[in-house]
Amino acid sequence: MSPDLAGLFSYFMIFIILLFICGAYCIAATFNMVRAMIGLELLIKAATLLIILAGYLCGRSALAQAIVITLIVIEIVVMVVAGGIILWAFRHNESIDPRKLSNLKG
Amino acid sequence: MTSLFIFAPFFLLVIINFPLGFLKGRCAFCLAASLLLAQVLLAAFHPWLFWSAYPDCLRQFFGFPLAVDNLALIMLFVIGIVALVSLLTAQDTLAGEKQKFNFINLLLVALIGMNATVLVTDIFSLYVFIEVTAMASFILIALEKGKFAIEGAFKYLMLSAIASVFMLTSVAFLLLTAGDISFAAVHHVLTNVPGSFFLKLAVGLFLCGLLIKSGVVPFHGWLPDAYSAAPSCVSVLLAGTVTKISGVYILLRLFSSVFTLTPALQNVLLFAGAISIVFAALAALTQDDFKRMLAYSSISQVGYIILALGCGTPLAFVGAVFHFFNHAIFKTLLFVNAASLEKRFGTTDINQLEGLGEKCPVTSVTSLVAMLSTAGIPPLSGFWSKLIIVMALFSKGRFIYAGTALIASIITLAYFLSLERRIFFNKGKPAPAAGGTATQISRGLNPAKNFSGIACAEILLAVFTIAGGLGYAFMLNTWFLPLKAIWH
Amino acid sequence: MLINLILLFVLLSAAVWTVMTTRLIRSIVGLAFTSAVLAAVIYRLNSPLAAVFELSVCAGLIPVIFITTVSFTHRISKEELPVARKERLVRFRYLPFIIIAAGLVLSWCFKIPQFNLPAAGPKEDVRNIIWYLRHLDLLGQIVILLAGAFGVVVLFKEDK
Repeated sequence: MSPDLAGLFSYFMIFIILLFICGAYCIAATFNMVRAMIGLELLIKAATLLIILAGYLCGRSALAQAIVITLIVIEIVVMVVAGGIILWAFRHNESIDPRKLSNLKG
Repeated sequence: MTSLFIFAPFFLLVIINFPLGFLKGRCAFCLAASLLLAQVLLAAFHPWLFWSAYPDCLRQFFGFPLAVDNLALIMLFVIGIVALVSLLTAQDTLAGEKQKFNFINLLLVALIGMNATVLVTDIFSLYVFIEVTAMASFILIALEKGKFAIEGAFKYLMLSAIASVFMLTSVAFLLLTAGDISFAAVHHVLTNVPGSFFLKLAVGLFLCGLLIKSGVVPFHGWLPDAYSAAPSCVSVLLAGTVTKISGVYILLRLFSSVFTLTPALQNVLLFAGAISIVFAALAALTQDDFKRMLAYSSISQVGYIILALGCGTPLAFVGAVFHFFNHAIFKTLLFVNAASLEKRFGTTDINQLEGLGEKCPVTSVTSLVAMLSTAGIPPLSGFWSKLIIVMALFSKGRFIYAGTALIASIITLAYFLSLERRIFFNKGKPAPAAGGTATQISRGLNPAKNFSGIACAEILLAVFTIAGGLGYAFMLNTWFLPLKAIWH
Repeated sequence: MLINLILLFVLLSAAVWTVMTTRLIRSIVGLAFTSAVLAAVIYRLNSPLAAVFELSVCAGLIPVIFITTVSFTHRISKEELPVARKERLVRFRYLPFIIIAAGLVLSWCFKIPQFNLPAAGPKEDVRNIIWYLRHLDLLGQIVILLAGAFGVVVLFKEDK
């Protein structure tokens, strides 16, 4: 690996790790189901960037783009279904606070 | 023609959703049932000609990069059986034509996802179809939109999505180091460049994602909730195939023919397996709900499969797949029993069901067969797979893990026998909450309606369990021992 | 190089703002902005088609889904807002410090382990890859969109 690419890789990697921390913190600290989904979105964004970066570094940008396009389509469907589930959780509890989901014990 | 396993359900899905009135309801059920039956028969009596024959004109459209081997055939068989049983159960338990129709649609989507998961040869396609299966199962759990079901679905969605972030990160690192993400390319790189940090990281991340998906103990939080809150026909599907295919099967596939099993990974798998076996068996002892107890028992049995995989010998791998097969059959049977009780008496709470089992003889007998098989009592199928696993562990010198597996079998027997005694054998003793139970019976018990579908499914699965136990030598020789060739 | 760094800084600060802000609507807008910046980064990494998708779908469609969901649920009132803000601050105040600390530590001691990149092949076209190499994924996309459609039918309809 040339030093140029190695430098690019290392500073992108640092930002991707920070983005992962951001999303994980959001999921861990929130009491709101919508916000948990937002945290999840941030995690998926970080993964997207990582895949594109990997494709760029190993010269397979085309493959990485094909993967990311499929990934984005899946992401939308996950968010739509999650939206429907959150809606029903709100109808049952009048709240989107997952602390109120205490009916089930892990 | 392997791609027919993906295309046939897809076309059926399109056909039954065509805006023609007569295709809904009964007709859709018959079409779906015959499709599943065809899949079971094709997988059981595989004419090899069928897999390789390809008219040239079709190759252009159906020439997907799919591969079929013995492991895939066994999985296709299991998927077909369990989906068929779930469909039969749904006919008796779901209320309303609309609900049943939605169930058939989503079952077909899940079927496409699972069949493709079994057949793909590429890590990202694998991820795509796991996600298809998972999506169908989130919606199926929330099908009746009850309070608990919605919560179970949300928990499952959240953890499943976190698991898929792990897998995507792993895909990125594999792409970075291998330059391609097909099984062959990844396997090539893993055998030629064993020491690379990013490869180790990728394998570790993928393993984490799969352990979450299969509900092994440190990550098991979502599983009992999802199983017990889902409609009963859906818990049959979830317990029998969905979580097994999208977690455990992929572990088996990847660690047998794609990733290399290093000693460190072996230890991780052995430890995770042993912990799940013991912890989940102990947790099952304390449950008061039939379906929750079955869910914990399911985690415990998955532990056996992971333990066998961690042992890392061809014989242990055969044992793992054999136990996977047996577990799918008998755990499905137990969930069908739970569905039958829930339908008749309106509850799955063991305290309320006390002494009611004698009213349904078929459920009572078949559940006894399934429970004894789960606990590993000799003539039944569960015994032979556990025996192979324990033998493989002994011959590798893993005595502590073998002992754990044996002791946990006794705990399994304990919780199932106590359950059996309370529900099915408890004749003389009057039920504790007499008033409540009486109303439950009058509300739930409906003698005019016969549960032919459920009874059919129960008898079919019980026959499989007994036949698998008596004819184990035949099954091992024809189906399972050839799997040794897949192991590396 | 410098442009990349600036874009990444903007991306990260948008993400932190998305997590920190109190109103859900603002958080969703922050997410959309994060996506837009990410699209620019992806474009600079030689992947224009994926950037288009990221921009139109993730920055355009997903906020719409989120806003639809939020608009059906309960909105926080003016009186509750300061209380909620205070409560959130307690839980979320650590994030910027964690990010800054982790960033400093990583930039100080993060070393990429040396490894060999796979040999670069001939130049490929995305369209060929999608249609001839990854057509199984396309089928997967169609099926998952169907699943999403059934999800909408089942979940977004109120019975009775």
